[in-house]
Amino acid sequence: MFRYILQRFGLIIPTLIGITICSFGFVRLIPGDPILALSGERGVSAARYAELVIKYGFDKPLYEQYFRYIGQVLHGDFGNSLATHRPVIEEFLKLFPATIELSIFALIFAVALGIPAGIFAAVKRGSWIDQGLMGTALVGYSMPIFWWGLLLIILFSTTLGWTPVSGRIGLSFFFKPITGFMTIDSVLYGNWKAFGSALRSLILPSIVLGTIPLAVIARQTRSAMLEVMGEDYVRTARAKGLKSRRVIGLHALRNALIPVVTTIGLQVGVLMGGAILTETIFSWPGIGRWLVDSIYKRDYAVVQSGLLLVALIVMAVNLIVDLLYATINPRIRVQ
Amino acid sequence: MKLMKTLLTATALVAMMAGSAYSKQLIFCSEASPKHFDPAMATGGNDFDASARTIYNRLVEFKHGGTDLEPGLADSWDISADGLEYTFHLHPGTKFHTTSYFTPTRDLNADDIVFSFERQFKADNPFHAYLQDSQYEYYEAMAMPAYIKEVVKVDDLTVKIVLNSPNSPMLANLGMDFASIVSKEYADKLVADGHPEQLASAPIGTGPFQFVDYQLDSVIRYAAFPDYFKGKVKIDDLIFAITPDTTARTQRLLAGECDIMPYPNPQDIESLKANTNLTVLDQAGLNIGYMSYNTTLAPTNDVEVRKALSMAINKPALVEALFGKGNAEPAKNLIPPTMWSYDTATPEGEYNPTKAKEILAAKGVTEIELWASDRARSYNPSFARSAEIIQQDWAAVGVKATIHTVEWTQYRIDGAKADRPGAFQIGWGGDNGDPDNFFAVLFGAAAIGTQNYSIWNNEEFEGLMKAGVLETDPAKRAAIYTKAQEVMTREEPAFLMAHSTIYMPMSKKVLGYTMDPLAMHRFDNVDVAE
Repeated sequence: MFRYILQRFGLIIPTLIGITICSFGFVRLIPGDPILALSGERGVSAARYAELVIKYGFDKPLYEQYFRYIGQVLHGDFGNSLATHRPVIEEFLKLFPATIELSIFALIFAVALGIPAGIFAAVKRGSWIDQGLMGTALVGYSMPIFWWGLLLIILFSTTLGWTPVSGRIGLSFFFKPITGFMTIDSVLYGNWKAFGSALRSLILPSIVLGTIPLAVIARQTRSAMLEVMGEDYVRTARAKGLKSRRVIGLHALRNALIPVVTTIGLQVGVLMGGAILTETIFSWPGIGRWLVDSIYKRDYAVVQSGLLLVALIVMAVNLIVDLLYATINPRIRVQ
Repeated sequence: MKLMKTLLTATALVAMMAGSAYSKQLIFCSEASPKHFDPAMATGGNDFDASARTIYNRLVEFKHGGTDLEPGLADSWDISADGLEYTFHLHPGTKFHTTSYFTPTRDLNADDIVFSFERQFKADNPFHAYLQDSQYEYYEAMAMPAYIKEVVKVDDLTVKIVLNSPNSPMLANLGMDFASIVSKEYADKLVADGHPEQLASAPIGTGPFQFVDYQLDSVIRYAAFPDYFKGKVKIDDLIFAITPDTTARTQRLLAGECDIMPYPNPQDIESLKANTNLTVLDQAGLNIGYMSYNTTLAPTNDVEVRKALSMAINKPALVEALFGKGNAEPAKNLIPPTMWSYDTATPEGEYNPTKAKEILAAKGVTEIELWASDRARSYNPSFARSAEIIQQDWAAVGVKATIHTVEWTQYRIDGAKADRPGAFQIGWGGDNGDPDNFFAVLFGAAAIGTQNYSIWNNEEFEGLMKAGVLETDPAKRAAIYTKAQEVMTREEPAFLMAHSTIYMPMSKKVLGYTMDPLAMHRFDNVDVAE
C-alpha cells in the first residue's frame, strides 16, 4: 500500500508541471492584451503601454516569465490580480467555499438519484422503466447547462416564485462568513431562517450542476450492476435461496460500487467545469465565475494561478478516490 | 478566540440589520463586481458606481441628469484671468464617514484635497503606489500630468490648483470620478497601522452612503450617511446585488429580488415596458457609434471615396436593424444632440446608392476591408451584424467588403495601427460632457496610435482643437466646436452611425431616479415607496 501511495504521489509532480505549462501557456494564447483589457474603453498611449509592459514583466521572454512564476508559486506566492490588485490566493479562498458548497450539494443530488436509478434500471433490464430511466439520463447528459438553468429559473423562480433567481442567500440575511459555507454559517449563528434561505438558494444551481453527473452515475451504476449480476457468486447467492433484495443490496451492489466510486471521483472535475456556467447563470460568487471574468479581463495572474489551484484540488480528490479504491479493492495495490 | 470575535461582530451586524427591518432599502442589481473601492485607480463604470458615486464627492459635480456642473465639496470657485489658477472654497463642516473601522477627528479640509491629487502624480507620496501595480489611468488619460502643475493649500478651506497652461475642460475633468476626494487623516492612520491597502477595500469618504460590507463577487452593502453635508438621503440601506448575466438580472427584477437594474437586453425592452409592476426610463446616451476610414491609405485616403462609401449605406435602416426601433438615433455629428455646441445645421447624410456607385466605379474601388469585433457595446450591440448590413449595402454599389472579426482588446490594437486598411467600426461614451472629450480624444492628432482610428490629421481641425482648449468663453467655445463639426462633415474621416438610447428598468416603488447621460448610476436622490 505504501508503495502504491508513493507511486501515486510520484505521478502528481509531472502532472503539476504539465498543468502550470498549460495554464500559463493557454492564457497567453488567447487573443487580446491584458494591459488594454484592464485599461478600459479609452486605452493607453503608446508610451504608457510600453511602460506598463515593462512594469508587469511582459517584455521578458516567455520562458523567463514562466520560471519567475514557478519560482513565486514554489514560495507560496500565487501573485496578485492585475485587475483588483488583491492576492490571488486571498480571492480564491474567499470564493472557493461557494463552489465547494454548490458542488457538494450537486454531488449529493447526483449520487442520491443516480445510484438508485442505475440499480433500478439494471434490475428491470430491458423493461420500459430501464429504457425510460436511461433515456432520461441521456437527455440529462446532453442538456446544455445554460438553457437548462434558464428554463428552471423562469419556471420555478420567476413564474412560481418557489426559489430565488440567483445568489447564495436572501439579501435580507447579512452576516460575516465564518466558514464561507452559507448553510454552516447560518447554523453557527443560530439563524434558521437564513439556513432555509441558503438551502432554497442551493436547489436550482445544484440541480443544474448535478444533472450531468447524475446521468453519468446512473449509467455507470447500471452497467456495473449488470456486469456483477452475471457473476457466479451472485448466481450462487440466488441458488442458496437468498432474497433478491439481499443479493442485490449486499452482494451485487458492494462490488458494483467500485467503478462507481471512481466515476464519482472523476465527476469532481466535471463539477468544476460545470460550475463555470452554473455560477454565471445563478450569479453564484464562486471560482467558476471568477475564472471566466478573469479570462475576459486577460488577468493572467488569476487565470494561471486559479487554474493551478483548482487542478490541485481536483488532483487531491482523485488521489483520495484512488486510495479509497485501493482500500476497497486490494487487487489494485497488488498490481 | 478568533471565532468568538467573528461571531460577536457578526451578531452585531445581524442585530444592526434586524434593527433596520423597517428601513427603506434599495436593491440595485449591478452588472459587475468592482475591482476595488478607490475611484482614482478605477476605469470601469461599475467601479465608479460602487465607489465614487456612492461613497465619495468631488470639488465640483455633475448635476443629476445632465453634464452641467454644480458645487460639490467646493461651494464656489474662481478662475484667474489667465486661466492658470483655479481657487476652490470648500464647504465648511463637511464630515467624513464614521464606521466600525475609522472615526474621523476632523472635518474635510484643504489637506484632503491636496492629498487626493498628489497621490495620483507624486511618486514620493506613500499612496502613489500603495497597491502592487497601482495605476492612475484616468488621471493619465485625461492628460492631467501635463496640465496640473501643483495643488496648493491656501488655508484650511481654500485650495488652489495651478496649471501649466490654460485648459477649458479642466473644471469638467475635476467633476469626473477619478477626482474623488479621500480622507488624508484616514490614509495617514492606515500607513501608521501598516495597512495602506485598506484604502481600496475599506473606504472612507464624504458621500451620501457609507460602506458597510463587501462579499466578493456577491453583494455590496451601504448605509445612508446621517451627516451627509448635502443632507441625509431618503433611503436607509443601499445594496448592490452583483448579477453579471443580463438575463439573470432581468429575471431578478421580474421576481422582485432587485428594485432597479442597468443594461437590459435591447430585445427585452418592450416586454419590460409592458410589465405593470415596472417602469422603464430611457435617455439619449452621451455616446456615438461610428466607423473610421483610414485616411492615410488607399482607397479611403480619398475624401470622395469616403463620402461615396458613406452615401451607399442606408443609415436609418442600419440603425433600426441593429438597435431595434426607437432604441437609437441615426447620427449626423460626432457629438450627441444633448451636448452643448451640437450643430443642428449639419445636413443629414445623403443616401444615394446610384451616385455612390458612379463615384466608386470612377475611382476604381472594388474591394475594401471592414473590421468588426466580438464584443457588444452600448453604442453598437453587434459589430458583426452592422458589418454584414454595411457589406450588403456596399455590395449593391459594386464594392466587395471583406470582414475581419477580431477579439476586442486585440481589435483596438490592430485598429489603431497606421497600416490598418479600410473601415473600422468603433464608438465612444463620453466622460464629462465636454465636446473636447469627443473631438480631440477621438480625432485629434495626439490620439493617432490610440483612439484616432482614422489616422486623421487635419490642420484646420487641429487648430480648432487647440483653440477650444484655450478659449474660456462658453459661447466662443461652442462656435469653435460647431466649426469642427463642419470640418468633419466636409472631410468624412468616419461614417457616423448612431447615438444609442440607454434604458433603466425599475420597480414602480423606486421614486425619483434620474437617468444620467454619462451612464452613471446614482442613488442619492432616490426614494422607495413604503
